[in-house]
Amino acid sequence: MLSRGFFGVRRPKPPRDIPPGQYYETGFPVLTYGPTERVSTADWKFTIDLGEDGSKSWNWDELLAMPQTDIHTDIHCVTKWSMLDSDWKGVDLDVFFEQAGVDPSEDYLMVRSFGGYTTNLPVSDVRDGKAFIVHEFDGEPIAPEHGGPVRMIVPHLYFWKSAKWVESIRFMDQDAPGFWESNGYHMYGDPWREQRYWGD
Amino acid sequence: MANTEGRQPGKLVWHVATVESITVETYRVKTYRLRPPTWASFRPGMHYDIRLTAPDGYQTQRSYSIATAPETRSVLDLTIEKIVDGEVSPYFHDVVVIGDRVEMRGPIGGPFTWTGSMGGPLLLVAGGSGIVPLMSMLRHRDSTARHVQTFLLYSSRSLDDVIYREELDALAEAGNGLQMAHTFTRSAPEGWDGYARRVDVEMLSDVFNRLGAIGRAYICGPDGFVETAANALVDAGVSPERVRTERFGPTGT
Repeated sequence: MLSRGFFGVRRPKPPRDIPPGQYYETGFPVLTYGPTERVSTADWKFTIDLGEDGSKSWNWDELLAMPQTDIHTDIHCVTKWSMLDSDWKGVDLDVFFEQAGVDPSEDYLMVRSFGGYTTNLPVSDVRDGKAFIVHEFDGEPIAPEHGGPVRMIVPHLYFWKSAKWVESIRFMDQDAPGFWESNGYHMYGDPWREQRYWGD
Repeated sequence: MANTEGRQPGKLVWHVATVESITVETYRVKTYRLRPPTWASFRPGMHYDIRLTAPDGYQTQRSYSIATAPETRSVLDLTIEKIVDGEVSPYFHDVVVIGDRVEMRGPIGGPFTWTGSMGGPLLLVAGGSGIVPLMSMLRHRDSTARHVQTFLLYSSRSLDDVIYREELDALAEAGNGLQMAHTFTRSAPEGWDGYARRVDVEMLSDVFNRLGAIGRAYICGPDGFVETAANALVDAGVSPERVRTERFGPTGT
């Protein structure tokens, strides 16, 4: 439906196409449903649950000792803003899988954060260079309100899939909703197909 | 077609609502009363997405909190602050008139919602237009849950920036377990003996003491305001699980 008298301001024009319904944001807004989680690098630990085979964990020093990747990417938040050309540094999730010696037969996984946040993802969406455990944003340590000291990024999906204060991963035979996915938000969340809410 | 649990079974479809009335709240805030073709119940704190379409097909969307309580049926109010370099809020303020049609879908939201059955004591902390979803909670409380001990701490730049001022005054004067405190961050009215600074740990500790206990806390406002208030509340001894936040981005238009 045409909006009478609306022509679009399009302030500042994005350097390339952004997904439908998004607007170009030059800042970095914060979206969290509760207070900022306080996690020190000393307390931070990332665990992959290996089911019957136990688990494998990495601490802060171990994270920094892993092969580091610079990630230059666009971020799309379901609350409509898109941040282009952001720079992150961290470790490809494939490297964690490799070090844990895991080649999951399950199709899905649940990511969990310090503080209890959860989000679900297909395993295929975090393999082959599509997801990262990051500790730097624009050359600086990640601020706590943006998920620091360590968060996950899965840039090709809406940003709620990129868990702040990442704590663990567990594999699942079947897909199950995480926090926002239980609250009306899409199970997959592809911004280019505008999968914001249930049924999109 | 949302049910009262705030879940949206099936697809959230776009509806065309009609602007039924426009109320000037402050010099840069207006309330738009919308009548959708089918009215869906919601939980206080939820929002709607608004979509605008230009003649060349360009579309843009923003989210706006519902100001009315679910007890006000058939219509819903969106209170919109005009953001000078924004795209959607200036359209509403400068173009939209009564009778215009607006595309919207919702209601949306889960964690930042409160209903009377969730009880209290309830602490509401608003910064500027962050009052909007909290007003839905206050109106709902007044309709159905007056027994819930409630405190509203509302930070505004000045008295002229206070949204819903008369209604808030009336609610506070009803003397039914709702306490209220304003704080003014730029200019306080003459003779003002209340808070006149940004929300801080001391202020929230003070409010915490006046309320006695906190069952649920909802904080809404600009990014920095929410960050400060939420951290201060946790520092004052409130368990983080009891605190819910909603942040308007720096360019939240």
